[in-house]
Amino acid sequence: MMSNKIKHHLTDDLLMAYAAGTLPEAFDLMVATHLTLCDHCRARAESFDAVGGCVLQEQDAAVSMNDGSLAATMAMIAQGAPVAKPVRPGCSVLPTPLQDYVGGDVNDIKWRSIGMGVKQAILPTTHEATARLLFIPAGAAVPDHSHNGMELTMVLQGAFSDEVDHFARGDVEIADEDLHHTPTADISEDCICLAVTDAPLKFNKLMPRLFQPFLRI
Amino acid sequence: MVMFTESDTARLDEPVADGPVVRPLRVKRRIKGRPVNHANGSCETRTEWVGHVARIRDAQDQAAFAELFQHFAPRVKAFLIKSGSDAAMAEECAQEVMATLWHKAHLFDPTRATVATWVFTIARNKRIDVLRRQRRPEPEDLGWGPEAEPDQHDVMALQQETAQLRDALTALPEAQRELIEKAYFGDLSHREIASQTGLPLGTIKSRIRLALDRLRHAMN
Ligand SMILES: [Zn+2]
Repeated sequence: MMSNKIKHHLTDDLLMAYAAGTLPEAFDLMVATHLTLCDHCRARAESFDAVGGCVLQEQDAAVSMNDGSLAATMAMIAQGAPVAKPVRPGCSVLPTPLQDYVGGDVNDIKWRSIGMGVKQAILPTTHEATARLLFIPAGAAVPDHSHNGMELTMVLQGAFSDEVDHFARGDVEIADEDLHHTPTADISEDCICLAVTDAPLKFNKLMPRLFQPFLRI
Repeated sequence: MVMFTESDTARLDEPVADGPVVRPLRVKRRIKGRPVNHANGSCETRTEWVGHVARIRDAQDQAAFAELFQHFAPRVKAFLIKSGSDAAMAEECAQEVMATLWHKAHLFDPTRATVATWVFTIARNKRIDVLRRQRRPEPEDLGWGPEAEPDQHDVMALQQETAQLRDALTALPEAQRELIEKAYFGDLSHREIASQTGLPLGTIKSRIRLALDRLRHAMN
């Protein structure tokens, strides 16, 4: 675990919504990936689960189960447990939740170039929000862009800097529509990030904007 | 959208001031042998639901299951109805949640969660699966698994902390408690909460933060 190195964590808002189960799938994926790397946020998330347990306990007893409900449940139990899907061991770049979405490890990512050496791979989630992996060559920059909604970016390999700060593995940058930034990868290593957004990106330079309709971003 | 979007860009590189609502549920860090306060009378200070799950795990004890079912199944059903499910769907899902509890009894770790918290997470995941029809990415398991004989001090400490949390929650001003409950009923976005309560989003956000601050305060 690298949690003692992580400087940029998830907010209470996100952790509470993850515990409540109200986030779009792409944001759940971001939270689950961060929690795999960050014991600090995992403990906070489990605290919000405990709040959910208290809310459940407070449900009034006016609702009752149907007649024969217990017997029906015992019959269901007698049919045996559903087969658990095998758990993929996380690799050094992709934590387990991401491996499930890539269908393998970092070598199985189906990259598509978006220009200037930058590549992306969109992950299969529901369409309320978009999750993608970003590959930024060492020393390169992602075109200056702003956001219609919220964008979270978490470093998986290498590191990047922008107008806000420096971000390394496990760090999450939370950007809203007011932030115009140009993330630039450290020179020492290619940078791989997980980025989720709840709205399409707006690129501020002409060329990338022309590409936007083709890129599903 | 279901979460707050404005002004969440705060840099968190300074030490995170707002710690967990309850202390981090890490067994090894917990001070052992803290006396359990029975005075508040909350049923969460009892640990017998933990024993019920152990009896299901060790002996497929149907009587223990029936008692758990009687307590939790109606609450799960009520929770799902408040989350937007119709009664028939909620009934079916509540049965499936309780069947999952049986099948996964060996995975329950009473040093990390109360039975109520564990049932909540199963019910929440069922709601995401059935009502929202989406996958639920979960963090990688820590791989500790419950120890064969969890330390009773750790179990009691966890139950006690959760009891304090529950007392703190019920002691919140009603408006704050309702906001937190609504947030957990899911499918009810903050925007919808805004239209129901007549409060602007920013106000709801700050009130939930206030409620969380009060919870933290009550836990110290
Ligand atoms: Zn964190």
